[in-house]
Amino acid sequence: MDARRESEPTPMKNRTTTERKSDRELVVTRTFNAPARIVFEAWTKPELFKRWWVPKSMGMSLLTCEMDVRVGGKYRLVFGVGGSKVMEVFGKYIEVTPHSRLVWTNEEGDEGGAITTLTFEEKGGQTLLVKHDLYPSKEALDGELASGAADGLPEQLEQLDELLVTLGGSVGRS
Amino acid sequence: MVQYSQTRLDASFGALSDATRRGVLEQLGRSDASITDLAEKFHMTLTGMKKHVGVLEQAGLVTTEKVGRVRTCKLGPRRLEEETAWIERYRQLWASRFDELDKVVEELKQKEKADGRKKRE
Repeated sequence: MDARRESEPTPMKNRTTTERKSDRELVVTRTFNAPARIVFEAWTKPELFKRWWVPKSMGMSLLTCEMDVRVGGKYRLVFGVGGSKVMEVFGKYIEVTPHSRLVWTNEEGDEGGAITTLTFEEKGGQTLLVKHDLYPSKEALDGELASGAADGLPEQLEQLDELLVTLGGSVGRS
Repeated sequence: MVQYSQTRLDASFGALSDATRRGVLEQLGRSDASITDLAEKFHMTLTGMKKHVGVLEQAGLVTTEKVGRVRTCKLGPRRLEEETAWIERYRQLWASRFDELDKVVEELKQKEKADGRKKRE
């Protein structure tokens, strides 16, 4: 059985798209080769969610992952580098329709944050996932783009590593 | 995608490594502001704020213009370029997230299949 599995071609990774749909909207799409109930499960069970939300290239880990997936229920994610907290995101679920739709607020900013709508559309055993972020204003999304310019870029994180090494080496000298 | 030279990366990264400067960018995303406005908003001295704005200006993230005695700051020419680059980086982040999610989904699928077989037996 293992031999057969080895001879199977590696499935192609499906493409992720991102688009600024309008002044206030940011949309991410991706197709998964599984029914919606499975993809939905991976988004709503913390023990599963934890396994994919923070890819290695982010250079961080998830220290806390709390999700109370029901209308009005809260979530809280704490990110860390080397065990120390660097970032926290939280909000609450405002719509929970099993296997097809999740809506939550993002409340970590100083002002009203974006509303995220996640839809799971099943077709022929595959699921099209659409993540739609609606910001309260153009300025809020612009600000996110400007202030988030340092996020998630592996090269920059590598640079940060180098910087930390440099700083570590110079401690006590300054 | 926009290619960044190492020097520019250094400049942007340096500029963005500071919470106040990121706050200033966010603020300027909402509206232009004078150095005095920004100093007040961030509870800083004028000199301190001038320094921060100087770093952002060097990185091309902010431009300033002096009219009379007031120096007005606005988001710089690299805004659009930054935006395109940001959206691409955002895509990469989600792509790597979803590649991990694929693995979880695949595992769940196999488990469901195995459970289904058990039930039928």
